[in-house]
Amino acid sequence: MLGLQALFFYIFAFIAVGSALMVVFARNPVHSVLFLILTFVASAGLFLLAGAEFLALILIVVYVGAVAILFLFVVMMLDLDVGRLKQGALEYAPFGAIIGIVLLAELVIAATGGFSDPVLSTNTALPMASIPAASNIEALGSVLYTRYILFFQLAGLILFVAMIGAIVLTLRHKEGVKRQSIPQQVARTPETAIEVRKVESGRGI
Amino acid sequence: MEDFFSLYLWPAIVMIAQSVLFLVVLLVLIAYILLADRKVWAAVQLRRGPNVVGPFGLFQSFADLLKFVLKEPVVPASSDKPVFLLAPLVAVTLALATFAVIPVAQGWVIADINIGILYVFAISSLEVYGVIMGGWASNSKYAFLGALRSAAQMVSYEVSIGFVIVCVLLCVGSLNLTDIVMAQTTGLGTMVGLPSSFLDWHWLGLFPMFIVFFISALAETNRPPFDLPEAESELVAGFMVEYGSTPYMMFMLGEYAAITLMCCLTTILFLGGWLPPVDFFLINWVPGIVWFMLKAGLVFFMFALVKAFVPRYRYDQLMQLGWKVFLPLSLAMVVITAFVIQLFGWGAAA
Repeated sequence: MLGLQALFFYIFAFIAVGSALMVVFARNPVHSVLFLILTFVASAGLFLLAGAEFLALILIVVYVGAVAILFLFVVMMLDLDVGRLKQGALEYAPFGAIIGIVLLAELVIAATGGFSDPVLSTNTALPMASIPAASNIEALGSVLYTRYILFFQLAGLILFVAMIGAIVLTLRHKEGVKRQSIPQQVARTPETAIEVRKVESGRGI
Repeated sequence: MEDFFSLYLWPAIVMIAQSVLFLVVLLVLIAYILLADRKVWAAVQLRRGPNVVGPFGLFQSFADLLKFVLKEPVVPASSDKPVFLLAPLVAVTLALATFAVIPVAQGWVIADINIGILYVFAISSLEVYGVIMGGWASNSKYAFLGALRSAAQMVSYEVSIGFVIVCVLLCVGSLNLTDIVMAQTTGLGTMVGLPSSFLDWHWLGLFPMFIVFFISALAETNRPPFDLPEAESELVAGFMVEYGSTPYMMFMLGEYAAITLMCCLTTILFLGGWLPPVDFFLINWVPGIVWFMLKAGLVFFMFALVKAFVPRYRYDQLMQLGWKVFLPLSLAMVVITAFVIQLFGWGAAA
């Protein structure tokens, strides 16, 4: 099966890299986001090939199914003028280049120096007893809530704080907005809602 | 060369043949589901529904198909053409791709993968892209508004669907759809000493979640009363307003494929899949596929009745129901289910 796996690896890898490039080069920002989504899906395919099927599907559910939709929302709502957007591109090019070089250097250092360092290399891969014949999810579940419970809960707490922060920043109570109050509606009785008046004929109220 | 044939080519041929067969049967079934939808709707309103093409109008869907295919596709001049034409393709492909893991009877499944339910969840979370892409690429206000509404709606209800699925998974202890069905041979009924019957299925043990799942499935597939994306009274036809002929038909097909999928999923998660309702020798002879289709058909009948009976929700009511009622309810139910299973050792496979 190795040949077939290699074939699929190259297919997914080319799609991922190609669409990642298109994210940068596409003229229309919405197309950029759509290519970003394609990159996510192709990376999910790569995860699948690596045997991390849980990670692959979670990548699709979380990033493609939720995060990228929000991206798409925002980009679609913005009235972006592509021509004006490209105008300042050259001014920012040096900064972009510097950031890119720093990131590349870090990656190279990590890939070459980091793992060969005798101290670091013992730390990068924490020894974990291999779980025979366990599925991805069982393996993850058995360590996530035992060994890494602190990190897991901390990550959850940080997300929770971020969520509350976002709500506090955006929540405004506007005056004069009519809102439906279901308890109030349900609590209404004929006595409070209906008024019966005797109207004399020819007069009106 | 022999290796190549036996290792790759033959399995690939078998797989493709299975998929094509399944797809053809599925598409024909979807054609009749569409007809059933219209017939039920008509019956509720004391009309006859489609009754001209073929006996009792049985060939109506195929006549519609021909009509759509033979029409001229109109692409608006100011639209984004590639995305405009890609959107219906995305919608229909994703809706049909999900069926690869749906087991319709013991062993009758194209891909029996261990993370089947997660796959279904992931792919159905992508279905919203067809709607957003179509709405945006049309370059029309109505289409765009419809797409925005739909995206918010589908993302909201996906959350509660996810928690409902977690509840079922807690009871089963596996993400494999076949295992989920087989776990329903034992349950509340067998616990009190009855033989294996319909009382064992999850609909009884997880009754609140069954209701939440059913309503969320309506919202997730943009069915009435949650069909705000295409609310014809305010948005003409929502995200599909600029579509006609074959692309429109593909959106329709995708929608009904998604509805069929939700019916199958409800059957698998809550109604015991292909399991017979009572353990009786005559009933056990009936093949599993028949039970599966009967149950899925029953769920679809309920879908159709809801469409005929219930008026459309207002948008804020829809969001309120999703976030303020279903999300807390399903979240609480996950915790309660986990507690009950842990404390009493019920249900869990392990």
